[in-house]
Amino acid sequence: MSTTGILRTLLWRDIQLVLRRQSDVVATLFFFIVAVSLFPLGVGAEPALLRSIGPGVLWVAALLSAMLSLGRLFAADFSDGTLEQLVLAPVPLTLVVAVKIFAHWVASGLPLVMLAPLLGLQFNLEVQDLGVLAFSLLLGTPLLSLIGAIGAALTLGVRGAGVLVAILVLPLYIPVLIFGAGAVTASAAGMSPQGALSLLAALLVLGVVFAPYAAAAALRIALE
Amino acid sequence: MLEVSGLECLRGRRRLFGDLTFTVRPGELLHVQGANGSGKTSLLRILAGLSRQESGEVCWDGANVRESREDYASSLLYLGHHPAVKDDLGVAENLAVSSRLAGMELSRKDMNAALDIVGLGKRTGLPARVLSQGQRRRLALARLWLDRRPLWILDEPFTALDMHAAALLEARLEQHLVEGGMVVLTTHQPPAIQKDFLRVLSLSA
Repeated sequence: MSTTGILRTLLWRDIQLVLRRQSDVVATLFFFIVAVSLFPLGVGAEPALLRSIGPGVLWVAALLSAMLSLGRLFAADFSDGTLEQLVLAPVPLTLVVAVKIFAHWVASGLPLVMLAPLLGLQFNLEVQDLGVLAFSLLLGTPLLSLIGAIGAALTLGVRGAGVLVAILVLPLYIPVLIFGAGAVTASAAGMSPQGALSLLAALLVLGVVFAPYAAAAALRIALE
Repeated sequence: MLEVSGLECLRGRRRLFGDLTFTVRPGELLHVQGANGSGKTSLLRILAGLSRQESGEVCWDGANVRESREDYASSLLYLGHHPAVKDDLGVAENLAVSSRLAGMELSRKDMNAALDIVGLGKRTGLPARVLSQGQRRRLALARLWLDRRPLWILDEPFTALDMHAAALLEARLEQHLVEGGMVVLTTHQPPAIQKDFLRVLSLSA
């Protein structure tokens, strides 16, 4: 079977596994919704204030909920022996990892992108700002999955992996947060979000090229 | 042909084995023996290219397996301790996915035949989560009836199998050896296979 055939099977499998265990996805989404909704309740319904903290709150919540789902990326395959089979499959491990990251993004990042504009309404953001928010998340959430995959692979099989992933990955998320929230803040202040979005896109290109490599190398180490 | 020369494996400061040299030729089954903790699984993982050895070489058809990883992958079947069965997928889906990920193109008929042989033919639609330990093992081993790759590395394949399934597996191994295949396995009972095929490697702890 060709490389693309093998990778297509892997993508199908990962998506099926998510569809059959929807509670995981729903839990992450619910966390996102609740975390974002707590802020208007906590800081009060001052439209100008909400408008200024909105982009940051939405982005931080997206970051944290993306991190919650990282444990699913490799841990299940590691504990039931599937990961060994994937390492030994006759395709480069980097491509296997890239496909797994893509499937993870479809299940964890994409729902955030679609939900965020709705939640943004709570913060008195304009329609145009909501568009920028969705677009910045569309560029940023794949990056969160890519960077997170390196952390998830490095902490595979380690005790207390959940906390360790947070410590490893959150500092690396900072640039994504700055440019992502920066784009929305700029738009809300009536400026052009283009600069921040371009930098986010550039980071995404870098991530797509290098992160699967790094995660694949970390997986090999974890299996040894 | 699998050639191993001067293999040494360390776990921490402990030397599991050293200076291990052997060859597995077509039609040979290498039975790796040894007490618990003597390094059988470590040896098998090194042979499969999953772990790194301290020193020594593993060569497949004359090429170092670390340098020709993908060539080696397409001639190697490795089944480890864990059966690599996904709870949320069905029995037939599990077999389809695991063989496709190994690069095999299979028809539904072939797969149903393999599942019939291992006694799961009437349970193809069930999710693997409801299977017993032995049935999971059977499901993992069903791949052996579809796989045409020459080198099989099997870590404790007889675990959790009943006598009937163990006899089936022995028959399949023998057929593979007759066809010129190679097998490296660990097990605590000597496999009931024709003596001409059988070779033994003892690891002393």
